[in-house]
Amino acid sequence: MRNFTIRQIIAGVAILLLLIVFPLVVSQSFNVHVMILVFMFGMLGVAWNIMGGYAGMFSFGQAAFFGIGAYTSSYLLIAYGINPWIGLVAGGCAAAVVAAVIGYPCSNLRGHYFAIASIAFAEIVRIVFNNWQMVGAAEGLSLPMQNESFANFLFNSSKLPYYYIMLAFLLVSLAVSYFIATSKMGYYFRAIRESHKIAEVMGVNVVLYRLMAIMISAFLSAMAGTFYAQYILYIDPGSVMLLATSVQIVLISMLGGAGSIMGPVIGAAILIPASEYTRVALGYKGTGMDMLIYGLLITLISMYYPEGVWKLFSRLGRKLK
Amino acid sequence: MPDQLLQQLADGLLIGLMYSLVAIGLTLIWGVMNIVNFAHGEFLMLGMFTSFWLFTLFGIDPIFSIPICFVGMFVMGTLIYRFIVSKVMKGPVLAQLVVTFGVSIFISNLAVYFWTPDFRLLPATMLQGTWQIGGVDLSIPKVAASFGSVIASVSMFFFLKRTKTGKAILATEMDREAALLMGINTERINSLSFGIGAALVGVAGAFLSTYYYIYPQVGGLFGTIAFCVVALGGFGSIEGAFIAGILVGLAQTLGGFYFDPSYKYAIVFMIYLITIWIRPQGLLGW
Repeated sequence: MRNFTIRQIIAGVAILLLLIVFPLVVSQSFNVHVMILVFMFGMLGVAWNIMGGYAGMFSFGQAAFFGIGAYTSSYLLIAYGINPWIGLVAGGCAAAVVAAVIGYPCSNLRGHYFAIASIAFAEIVRIVFNNWQMVGAAEGLSLPMQNESFANFLFNSSKLPYYYIMLAFLLVSLAVSYFIATSKMGYYFRAIRESHKIAEVMGVNVVLYRLMAIMISAFLSAMAGTFYAQYILYIDPGSVMLLATSVQIVLISMLGGAGSIMGPVIGAAILIPASEYTRVALGYKGTGMDMLIYGLLITLISMYYPEGVWKLFSRLGRKLK
Repeated sequence: MPDQLLQQLADGLLIGLMYSLVAIGLTLIWGVMNIVNFAHGEFLMLGMFTSFWLFTLFGIDPIFSIPICFVGMFVMGTLIYRFIVSKVMKGPVLAQLVVTFGVSIFISNLAVYFWTPDFRLLPATMLQGTWQIGGVDLSIPKVAASFGSVIASVSMFFFLKRTKTGKAILATEMDREAALLMGINTERINSLSFGIGAALVGVAGAFLSTYYYIYPQVGGLFGTIAFCVVALGGFGSIEGAFIAGILVGLAQTLGGFYFDPSYKYAIVFMIYLITIWIRPQGLLGW
């Protein structure tokens, strides 16, 4: 991979500054909420991209990892009073362990087979949580009210701290993604994506590196899950483990450009505001109009922009140079 | 107790044959085009609603709407292939996976828009009531659907093995390039297969409408189970899908009976995962 040019560094810093100033200028809390969702889905997309974009494992079950993260930290907090920041790490580890357990037997599955196996896996996880009395079954978990503080990962009076925490999470996941893309591991991932057999012949431990991709991806998704739980303060299988969420994560990455570092973030920045604002404009009538447009959008994107918007950007960028 | 077990076996067989009928269309599409049709469950839903409206508006019994569902869904399937799916066939695999998801979300929400998300049931149709055979209750609509499933599977089997068009479909399934070189119009085969796949699931919908709730989101569960059935049977294999459907039906009812009903679908997915772990190509796949 390339080093950054000065122009790119300036652009990056400028965008970051804009994002830091944004919630201070835009006071409307719904807009801040939409941006928080953009960051969160951006992070989920980045996590998907590590296994889907780099290593070619198209997971349609990311919501399971997201949900495991949300449930682990919430349960630890409710049952044992364990601090959510510790729960964050515990949730990530739990998701990574589950990912390893399920990923190992799936290590020779490719393409469609992997995609459908991931759906089956996520559905199992959802059904189990939906019936598991210990974690509230279908009723879900409500997080207890505590004093607001950074240490408690809880803020009642303002969305701003959540905004900055999520932005920081997104930057961390981007750093991880960048590190992977530029390291040896990233080359191994891409070799596996192009061909299992050739990668194996070249001496890449396919099973091991596929597992690593899944586990890293699961860990990051679970972090976003813990964030969601601390932000919304209520979780149930119907909100954190939906197939629709998993599909949305794939779609964001594809729209932005699977396999590129920034692609998923761009995808989230386009799709999340589009779906949130159409929902507000059309959805409250309960006619499914917002989802109808969403479905149409998915179909059109995969027909006409299957490579993602990122390709478009980089083509434009090359022309400008 | 043995009566109860027999009842479970019978229920499992009946629901399993319905899964088979839903899955053979899917396996045909998957086998020929190597495309996973995530909108398959929504095609089922459209078949159910077609049968529902034909009965409600014109008093046509679901038995007689079967051919209408077949033809209607065939036309719709070929159109969706022609205008949407064929456009992504040469694109990245990810786009092929996602495009039918888009179609599925679009269709189910179109149904919500026109028909509201309500649950509907057909009133008494010509297929109703139960047979009692040796202490086992058999619901007549389910038995009829099972017959339909067997007939559809057998005729598909002979269509593929005995007719020229069927053989062309099988040839395309085995080796697209070679089929093309032999003068088979593979593009036409694609659209034909997509049409037949949709038509078969339309028939399944007509049968299912006689005893199951009809609502826009009904396709989700049946679609997901159909994927497991197809992968379990081996993609592209009609016989495999037929057998796997029955296995899944039995696993679901017996698992629910002996273990816990709320976990019955989890058991189905678990069996699926274990199978592909041991035998990734499915039971009868190659």
